[in-house]
Amino acid sequence: MSMVIPFGPQHPVLPEPIQLRLSLQEERVTSALPVLGYIHRGLEKLAEEKDFQQDAYLVERVCGICSFIHSMCYCQGIEELMDLKVPPRAQYLRVVWSELHRMHSHLLATGLLADAFGFENLFMQLWRTREHVMDAMEYTTGARIMLGSCCIGGVRKDINEEQKKFVLDKLNTVEKDLKVLLPVLLEDYSVKKRLVGIGMLDQLTARERGAVGPTARGSGLAMDHRMTGYCAYGELGFEPVVENGCDSYARTQVRAGELLQSIDLVRRALDRLPDSELKVPFKGNPPAGEVVIRAEQPRGEVFYFLKSSGKDKLDRLRVRTPTFANLSPLLAMLTGCTLPDVAVIILSVDPCVSCTER
Amino acid sequence: MMTVNEVITIDNMIEKIASLLPRHYRFVTMTAVDVDTHFDLYYHFDLDYELTTLLLKLDKGAKLPSISGICPPALVVENEIQDLFGIVVSGLNLDYRDHFLLATDAPARPFCRVPGVSVSIVETEKTGGEK
Repeated sequence: MSMVIPFGPQHPVLPEPIQLRLSLQEERVTSALPVLGYIHRGLEKLAEEKDFQQDAYLVERVCGICSFIHSMCYCQGIEELMDLKVPPRAQYLRVVWSELHRMHSHLLATGLLADAFGFENLFMQLWRTREHVMDAMEYTTGARIMLGSCCIGGVRKDINEEQKKFVLDKLNTVEKDLKVLLPVLLEDYSVKKRLVGIGMLDQLTARERGAVGPTARGSGLAMDHRMTGYCAYGELGFEPVVENGCDSYARTQVRAGELLQSIDLVRRALDRLPDSELKVPFKGNPPAGEVVIRAEQPRGEVFYFLKSSGKDKLDRLRVRTPTFANLSPLLAMLTGCTLPDVAVIILSVDPCVSCTER
Repeated sequence: MMTVNEVITIDNMIEKIASLLPRHYRFVTMTAVDVDTHFDLYYHFDLDYELTTLLLKLDKGAKLPSISGICPPALVVENEIQDLFGIVVSGLNLDYRDHFLLATDAPARPFCRVPGVSVSIVETEKTGGEK
C-alpha cells in the first residue's frame, strides 16, 4: 500500500519547523519532498535596508546556534572589501569563540540525536555538558549565544587572565565528561543498532549533491574550510576529522572527534594568544565591489556574497547556509529508508532550519 | 575580491556547467542580483577550496534554463530565486511555483528592485500551491 505522510512541521523530534512529505510503499520511503517557509524572515532583504555596520548584528541573528561564525564571516567579507588587516589577537579570539560555538552546537546536535533514538538519559547528560561551554561563552562575552563580540576590523571584547583560567577549567570539565559520554554514544549496542548502516550517503553522491560539513566528512570527503587557514587556523595547525562509514554513525563519529579537536584548538589558541590591539579603526564605507567569503560552521561551509556600490548600505547580501547545501544529500539519504529511521537520519545531518530559511 | 572566471550565456550555460562537474567541481550555490536593467546570476563552484564563478546576465522577462537536470543540488536554489526574484526557471525537476520559501499571502518577488516591471509571472501567482 502506498501513502504520503507529512513528517513535520511540528514533530516531537524536530527542533525547528520543516516538513518532509514522505511517499511510502508499506514502511519504506520511496521519495521525500521538503516543504520550507515556516520561518522565512527575509533577512537578506533586511540587510539591504540597514547600513553595513548594523548588518554585523543582523547576520548574527541568522542562526540561534552558530551565530558568532555568521558575524565573523560577514566581518571578514567587509574587511576584505575595505582591505583591513585584523590584529593577530583578534584572529585568535575569533578562533576561540568559533570553536566554543562548534562545541555547544555539536553537543546540542548529538543530544537531540540521542533523544531521537530514545536514549533520553544520554540526551540530558550531553546537554548538561553543553552548559559548561555556554558558561565559558557567557563569562567571556556576557552572552550565551548571541555573543556580539565580533566587529568589523577585529573583536569588541578581550579575554583576560581570569577569564582564560575560567575557560580552561570549563574545558577540563567538558573533556572529563566527554570521556564518559562519548564511549556510550559510540560504543553502546542500542545506539549502534540505530545508527550503523542507517542513512547511507556514499562519497560520490555526497560530492554530486554538494554535501558539506560532518555530512560530507562522514562520507569520506576531507573537506573543511578551516584548512584554508582563515583567522588563526593556519598558525594553529589543523586536520579535518574524516570517517568513511557513510552512515548516520559516521556522521556522529565526526562530531565526536570534532568536539575533542575543538577543545584542543581552544586550549592552543588561548595558550598562544598574542599581544596586540583588538581591532583596527576604519573610516568611510566599503568601496564598490563584490566579495565571497566562506567559513566552516558546525554544520559545514557557510557562504557569504557581499556586493557594495560604495554606499553605507550593501546592494546585496546573500547567505548560503550549510543546512541549505545539505538538503539535497538529505533527500538522497531518505530515499529507500524505513519510516522509523527518518527521524534519526534527519538529526544525523543536524539541520538548522532558521539558518536555511533566513 | 570575487573573480568572475567566465561570462556565460543562456545558449552555452548548460554545456559550460556540465563540463565542470566531471572534473569534480562541487556546486556551492547560485547568487542572483537585481541590477535594475537585468539580473546578474552567479554560479559558484568549488574545487580544492578555490572558487570558480560563472556569470550569466539575464534580461528581465527572459526565462532561465534550469541546471537541476545535470546538477541536482541547484534545484532548491533555483526555486528560491524563482520565489524571491520572480525569475521564471524553465525545466525545473520540481517546481514549487513561487512558494518554496514564500507563503501564499506573502508579497510576490520581494527581492526585485522595481516590483511589477521585472518579469511577467502573473499566472504563477494564481497557480501557486498552498504551504
